[in-house]
Amino acid sequence: MSAAHWRRAMNGQTVRSPRPAAVPRPAFVEVAADPYAHSDAPRWLKSLWSRLSARHVLVLLGVLVYPAVASPFFTYQIGAQSLALGLIALSLTLLGGYGGMVSLAQMSVAGMAGYLVAILGTSTATAISLAWPWWLAVAFAIVLAVVFATLIGWLSVRTEGIYTIMITLAIGVAFFYLAQQNYTLFNGHQGFNQVFAPAVAGVEFRQPVPFYYLTLACALAGYGFVKLLVRAPFGVALQGIRDNPRRMRALGYHVTAHRVATYAAAGLLAAVGGVLITWYNNRISPGSMGIGVMINILVIAVLGGMKHPIGAFIGAIVFVLLQNFAIDLLGTDFRERFNLVIGGVFLLIVLFSPDGLLGLWAKLRSRFGPRSPIANQRRQP
Amino acid sequence: MIASKRRRIWVRSMLGAAAAAALMGSALAQETLKIGLLATLEGPFAVPGQDSMRGADLALKEKNGMAGGKKIEFIKLSSDATPDKAVASTRKAVEQDKVPIMIGPLSGDEGIAVKNYAKTQPGVTFINGSSGAQAATWGDPAPNFYRFNTEGAQWMVGLGEHALGKGYKKVFLVAEDYGFPYSQVQGFMASYCAKGGKVVDKAWVPLGTKDYSSVIARMPKDIDAVLVVLGGSDAVNFLTQYEQAGGNKPMIGGSITVDQTVLNYKGKRRESLLGTASAGPMADSIDTPEWKKFVAEYKAAFKDGFPSPSLFAYLYYINTKAALDALDAVKGDLSNGQKAYREALQKTNFVGPAGPVKIDQNRNGVGTTYITEVTKAADGSFYNKVVKTVPDITQTLGLSEAEFKKMGLGSRDVPDCRK
Amino acid sequence: MKLSRGQWAAWILIGVPLAVLALWAIVDNDKLFFTTLLNGLTLASLYFLVASGFTLVFGLMRNVNLAHGSLYLLGAYAGWVVGDQTGSWLLAVATGFVTAGVVGLLLQVLIFRWMQGQDLRQTLVTIGISIVLADVMLWIFGGEIYTFEPPAWIYGSIVLPLVEKYPTYRIAVFVMALAIGLVLWWFLARTRLGMMIRAGVDDRGMLAASGANVQLLFAITFAIGAGLAGFAGVVGGSALSISPGEDTRYLLASLVVVIVGGMGSVGGAAIGALLIGAAEQFGLAYAPTYGIVFTFLIMVLALAFRPRGLLGRPA
Repeated sequence: MSAAHWRRAMNGQTVRSPRPAAVPRPAFVEVAADPYAHSDAPRWLKSLWSRLSARHVLVLLGVLVYPAVASPFFTYQIGAQSLALGLIALSLTLLGGYGGMVSLAQMSVAGMAGYLVAILGTSTATAISLAWPWWLAVAFAIVLAVVFATLIGWLSVRTEGIYTIMITLAIGVAFFYLAQQNYTLFNGHQGFNQVFAPAVAGVEFRQPVPFYYLTLACALAGYGFVKLLVRAPFGVALQGIRDNPRRMRALGYHVTAHRVATYAAAGLLAAVGGVLITWYNNRISPGSMGIGVMINILVIAVLGGMKHPIGAFIGAIVFVLLQNFAIDLLGTDFRERFNLVIGGVFLLIVLFSPDGLLGLWAKLRSRFGPRSPIANQRRQP
Repeated sequence: MIASKRRRIWVRSMLGAAAAAALMGSALAQETLKIGLLATLEGPFAVPGQDSMRGADLALKEKNGMAGGKKIEFIKLSSDATPDKAVASTRKAVEQDKVPIMIGPLSGDEGIAVKNYAKTQPGVTFINGSSGAQAATWGDPAPNFYRFNTEGAQWMVGLGEHALGKGYKKVFLVAEDYGFPYSQVQGFMASYCAKGGKVVDKAWVPLGTKDYSSVIARMPKDIDAVLVVLGGSDAVNFLTQYEQAGGNKPMIGGSITVDQTVLNYKGKRRESLLGTASAGPMADSIDTPEWKKFVAEYKAAFKDGFPSPSLFAYLYYINTKAALDALDAVKGDLSNGQKAYREALQKTNFVGPAGPVKIDQNRNGVGTTYITEVTKAADGSFYNKVVKTVPDITQTLGLSEAEFKKMGLGSRDVPDCRK
Repeated sequence: MKLSRGQWAAWILIGVPLAVLALWAIVDNDKLFFTTLLNGLTLASLYFLVASGFTLVFGLMRNVNLAHGSLYLLGAYAGWVVGDQTGSWLLAVATGFVTAGVVGLLLQVLIFRWMQGQDLRQTLVTIGISIVLADVMLWIFGGEIYTFEPPAWIYGSIVLPLVEKYPTYRIAVFVMALAIGLVLWWFLARTRLGMMIRAGVDDRGMLAASGANVQLLFAITFAIGAGLAGFAGVVGGSALSISPGEDTRYLLASLVVVIVGGMGSVGGAAIGALLIGAAEQFGLAYAPTYGIVFTFLIMVLALAFRPRGLLGRPA
């Protein structure tokens, strides 16, 4: 306040404030008060309701209705296979995207689960297979595969960062050779044939449509599990460990234990995916988890975007479509160059859009999508 | 704002519809008869895979592209020698492209996987390509899986006696550790052991091993010959290393050890290969008019092919020819679960380029095996010269069915005759 | 050399059973034992040649170059083409080195330079490059085997005590590896460039801060590392022939050697190569069924007890 101003105020004259012209306030984006704040619904329902959007509902409807509109071949070879592969890739997304540990041994964990289902259940190798009831075989297979995953994790976390890729690659290849050379347990190079999904309560899960719904259920469960996990304290701490392990250690978190636990959780996903893939192929052999397939899982996870759980499934769909139809699209001369196409696409994605296809989509949306209201405001002088 | 929102919805729904249409897949109306043809076109087996496609194409070309009164179209599929991929490609052909007849695959373990898949598709007829695994037809066969060629064990019958005839009473085995060499060794040993030969020790090397120096060091001095059942590049490596390590014992080769690819490898030819005995269902130098005609047709049709058709071209040729001949016999009638067609397949009996082609009641081929020795031609190149022909070899390898069942299929330790 | 009690225990625990086994093997079949020992030594030489480039690149640039095997194969094929045209094996070797080195240089300057610090992304790019390169080479050269023709004086057999006839070429590979090892050591320890590389391996930030042209150094190092792979390609291809699939095989061998020996240490690569080469050959001679798993078993054990490798530095 200036001296003149004060004098005037003291003398009771009207005060004209020498303030500059009023600045029109920018329109705020109204944050609506929580409309359900007073509702009696449980908290998880409220949180789910506020998070779901039309997009989610559409996709869910789409995958539920898919077998009704697609041929049995598409349901089985494209749909079910994508979902099962996507589940295994999801385990890599959890480990790599959220945990910062890219492990190439996820396919080995899946292969271990598949082998155990074949060894403990029924197959053509009657000398080895124990013919346990399917639920017992599957339960043991998943548990033992998770133990295997934990072991791999324990070995791999002893060195940090990108060493993980090298070490898990070597472990995966070691397991491949073990399975190939051993005939008493793993039946060597030819593996196990006629490993079928069971028939439960009259439903033949070997048939395309029931098998599709089985894989869909497992995929949805896995997706939900990952989504919940990354928002839980465990997952948040995991992301903290990914970004700055030293600080997390200083804060009191047991970094190694956290990482090994993540390997176990990812191992669970990969084990379920492995059982599904074995039932899908009706067989398992060392080639099912060889170095080519190990790299394929990495390609799938990166293709979709390693920071998003849905990326694993998107990558899997793209990959399976390419694998099945590239031979028709490439023409007679380039028919065999399918690997070149996959490798080239992967390379382009990693070079130009490290967040995979989802990152590309996000970039395109921000470039061509609607402008937000704030951005359109003219700046005031 | 409203206009752009409407456009966005329009664009997105168009994209969604296109994606949905692509995902649903469409079935076009067919007027020709589609036959699925599977070979390994990816990976290191791509070259034999290409030649097998040539063999099948040649069989179709002989019939001017028609069989059973219909135009035949091959749906060509690829695998990378893994059974999973073979089944996936087969499934695509059978369930997506709806082929009634499927020809393939190429390699042994793929054959077992395809046979198992065949059991789930009783309405489709599956005919082998060149798979030589015993288990594809023996023990738990599929009633709709036909193999017109002989398999790996049958390819070696008679070689044992020939080896004994050359004075090789004790041999040392070097072979890759998987199913196909197991059957090859069983075929060799079935008569070799029975007539007094001894396989002193078996060195099963893991698949992909390139360094045989330790295996060579293990060989005892008192053997007469080395039985080598390796393929392609592994055989070349072994031969080089054996020679350099001072090895001088004569060699006996498996069916793919001294074939075209090895004799033609790009590098210095090894003189030590001369005289190597081997056996297989065909040889470059078969001296019959049928074989010469086959070779001439192959050369005329495929300027980019090998100098002489390979094993795979021949095997795919006879299987495809059998499939097409049977179609002609029933005039294209595939009704009633292909009953008439399958009866015609069972009755197949024609004279192929390398001997008669027919099958036994287990739908496995019964055929001729040729014993060969590597010889130098007038122009200095190497070729396999036929020295003996053994006809009518069945899957039981000359033993009775009961004896063969007792022996079991070949594995690491079966059969065994060390002492 | 003062050893702690734990180290004494480790040496005894591992050394005594090995010594006993070795004695038994010598008594049983001494020719086999010494031949296998020599085989292991010579195979180790080849592995050292391949792995030294890998560990150099990793040590300085923290770049796990999973395309290293593809560079090996690329150098081998390029060398073969030149050797076939000119008939000179030495020219082929030189071509292998130069081709792979140039490709490595281009990769570093055009691609990896822009990703400095993003280790994971670099590794994924190398995986993509290896897939693409492998398929392109399969396309051009097909699935056949290619062999080289080293000069006759290097490619026959010589007579050695105890093992009698032994392939000369393997001894030549050993000599070559020894020479390369010495050259590398001299380069790293006695030249200015080598000194900068060693400084960069220890502390990259400090090296940049002290004014050295880090990008140039990286480019040179990557070129040398890749060139070594190409050189090894021709040398190894002459011993064991080249075909598709060799790239994966040598990449895995390099991985295991470097994990066991320690990342970033050329001396570690030598020790790791010795261990792995010996394990592989002895496994193949005495326990062929599972011999191939032994190498990985050693790697797992090494990781369990010495996570940084035998001569590795802290990350």
